[in-house]
Amino acid sequence: MVDTLGARAAHDSHPADPIAAMVNADGLLTAEAERAANISDDVLRDLYRRMAICRRLDQEGLNLQRQGELGLWGPIAGHEAAQVGAAMAMAETDWIFPYYRDFAMTICRGVDPGIAMTWFRGLTHGAWNPYEHRLGPLIISVGTQVPHAVGFAIGCKLDHEPTAVLVGFGEGSTSTGDWHEAMNFAGVFKAPVVFLCENNQWAISVPMREQVAGRVADRAAGYGFPGLRIDGSDVLTVYTVVRAAADRARHGEGPYLVEALTYRFQAHTTSDDPTRYRTDADVEPWRAKDSIARATARLRDRGAFSDDFERAVAAEAEETALAMRATLLSAATPHPGQAFDLVFANPPASLLREQAEFVAELEPGSAE
Amino acid sequence: MTTITMGKALNEALRDALRDDPRVLVYGEDVGRLGGVFRVTDGLRAEFGEERVFDTPLAESTIAAIAVGLAIKGFHPVAEMQFDAFSYPAFNQITSNLAKYHTRTQGACNMQAVIRIPYGGNIGAVEHHSESPETYYVHTAGLKVVTPSTPADAYGLLRAAIADPDPVIFLEPKARYWSRQDLDLPAPPLPLDRAQIVRPGTDGTIIAYGPTVQVALAAAEAAEAEGASLEVVDLRSLSPLDLDTLSASVRKTKRAVVVHEAPVFMGIGAEIAARLMHDLFDVLAAPVERVGSATVPYPPARVEKLFLPDADRVLEAVDRTRQY
Ligand SMILES: Cc1ncc(C[n+]2csc(CCOP(=O)(O)OP(=O)(O)O)c2C)c(N)n1
Ligand SMILES: [Mg+2]
Repeated sequence: MVDTLGARAAHDSHPADPIAAMVNADGLLTAEAERAANISDDVLRDLYRRMAICRRLDQEGLNLQRQGELGLWGPIAGHEAAQVGAAMAMAETDWIFPYYRDFAMTICRGVDPGIAMTWFRGLTHGAWNPYEHRLGPLIISVGTQVPHAVGFAIGCKLDHEPTAVLVGFGEGSTSTGDWHEAMNFAGVFKAPVVFLCENNQWAISVPMREQVAGRVADRAAGYGFPGLRIDGSDVLTVYTVVRAAADRARHGEGPYLVEALTYRFQAHTTSDDPTRYRTDADVEPWRAKDSIARATARLRDRGAFSDDFERAVAAEAEETALAMRATLLSAATPHPGQAFDLVFANPPASLLREQAEFVAELEPGSAE
Repeated sequence: MTTITMGKALNEALRDALRDDPRVLVYGEDVGRLGGVFRVTDGLRAEFGEERVFDTPLAESTIAAIAVGLAIKGFHPVAEMQFDAFSYPAFNQITSNLAKYHTRTQGACNMQAVIRIPYGGNIGAVEHHSESPETYYVHTAGLKVVTPSTPADAYGLLRAAIADPDPVIFLEPKARYWSRQDLDLPAPPLPLDRAQIVRPGTDGTIIAYGPTVQVALAAAEAAEAEGASLEVVDLRSLSPLDLDTLSASVRKTKRAVVVHEAPVFMGIGAEIAARLMHDLFDVLAAPVERVGSATVPYPPARVEKLFLPDADRVLEAVDRTRQY
């Protein structure tokens, strides 16, 4: 499909990857690449602002869970640069397929934080309409969203649309068969996908070295397209690299794998106890790489950071957190009968009958 | 009117769907150049091009998963699994995603997709090529599961499955691919939720589907020679179950035998027996009988016939219902 057989074979070996040349040995954007990318101060300030807000919302997520208002919270601290940088690098017309930890991506896609949180409150399996935000639902079954993104991207190609697709996942997900199958399909169909591995060093309690033999980024070579490991706590690097990879995809040059190295500062989720598998000393070196501090430093270097700006962002973050809490706590609990409405677009009569019986049992005396 | 096989009827259904709906895509392992190992997609790539009819890498999970992505994009994918047991690698994508995406997206994303699976035994095959996986799929909310027993039903059900906005597991009784029937095509789609009485009778009801409908009809024929009038119901849809048609039949005949190739244990027959027992407790003259395979892995080809339902075993079961 799409390519003739010849074209399919033609990208067996890709020429020198110009995106790889954008970063140095530490996976950081080079000064030269930064100049060439020409990211404005306003854009960098906006990335900072979004990261700071998401960090505050993340804290509020923990608070809400401790207060019993959320069934579960999956902290994102440490992932801000990867998620905000990648999501904002995508064009508005592009699509994103997130995994469960990609909360900051959902916020960047314009989902109301209080609505996004209803998922963690246990009110719904999917809090937004994917078509409204060009954002798939959060996927929990590890790795399974990766081939969805590839299928969608193949569809974009069939429709001759210049759309790129971003898919998020952890390094643990790269062990699944679905991940490898999806990488292979993407390579074979030259699908316009940017694979974003948020490598936070841990899959719950299993450290990276016991999860991944070799390097995630290197695996792309086996599937006929480039992969690149970058510093995932530097938002400017993530933004610039993902933007280039998405451009490349939109221009028909096929998939790209970005491995964003970062760290999970908090527990895996609020159900986890990280003291059983790591110490504060393990976490400490990564704190020095903190994404918000580094964005601050970059802005200061550019003379584009002020105390007023910092205060304004902090105030906005506070306000957003309060609004999120209010929206979340006022979200209605769905009527149990609604579960039946959602199963099918075209439900069989037998299911509607079962629904009526179910509702009648819940509400004796109702007119069903 | 032409005489065509079930395989050809399915091929025509795919052809007509590809022609009538530009969003239909047909893909899977060997479906393009080869036309599928059973030739069900024969000639479609030449006619509709390799963007709409294409081969994929050998990876069933992702074959199912890209159906999810393509459906979100507004395509109507029809994916082929090469054989029944090779749908198992796709099981997680089918049950955790394809079946649940509509719920997960609050109804925003329709999963208008069909997974075609040749199933059933009696073809003398090696391991993994003769299984009856229907119970796995009917136990998952969010899937519709249908299976034809004739070329006409194959055409009508497949057209309906492709046009339906929900995911449909389309089970093709592979031993019946070469069965023939006189047909006028194109024909209208068939409802996805209706059983059909394929032979009327008064003394008992044989409930069958897919490959066992012929077995049931043969049993009914033999019974008639001995003076018993048996009704045969072809379920056509395994999920949902058309309990109205089943109940009406058994209310009349007071006896029921369910026949399938799958093991009896927890098979479709278990649900039907429970429903009939509940709904017709005061009507049934005898316990519902079930005929199917034993609780063993599908047996080697040389002995498979000992495990598959045949007319004799069905008639023995009918006799048991008539001892009351
Ligand atoms: C298929 C599957 N197996 C197991 C789990 C349980 N589980 C949830 S998250 C997780 C670790 C995932 O690690 P990674 O992919 O690195 O993402 P991270 O949570 O670190 O962001 C596990 C084992 C799951 N959700 N899905
Ligand atoms: Mg991880």
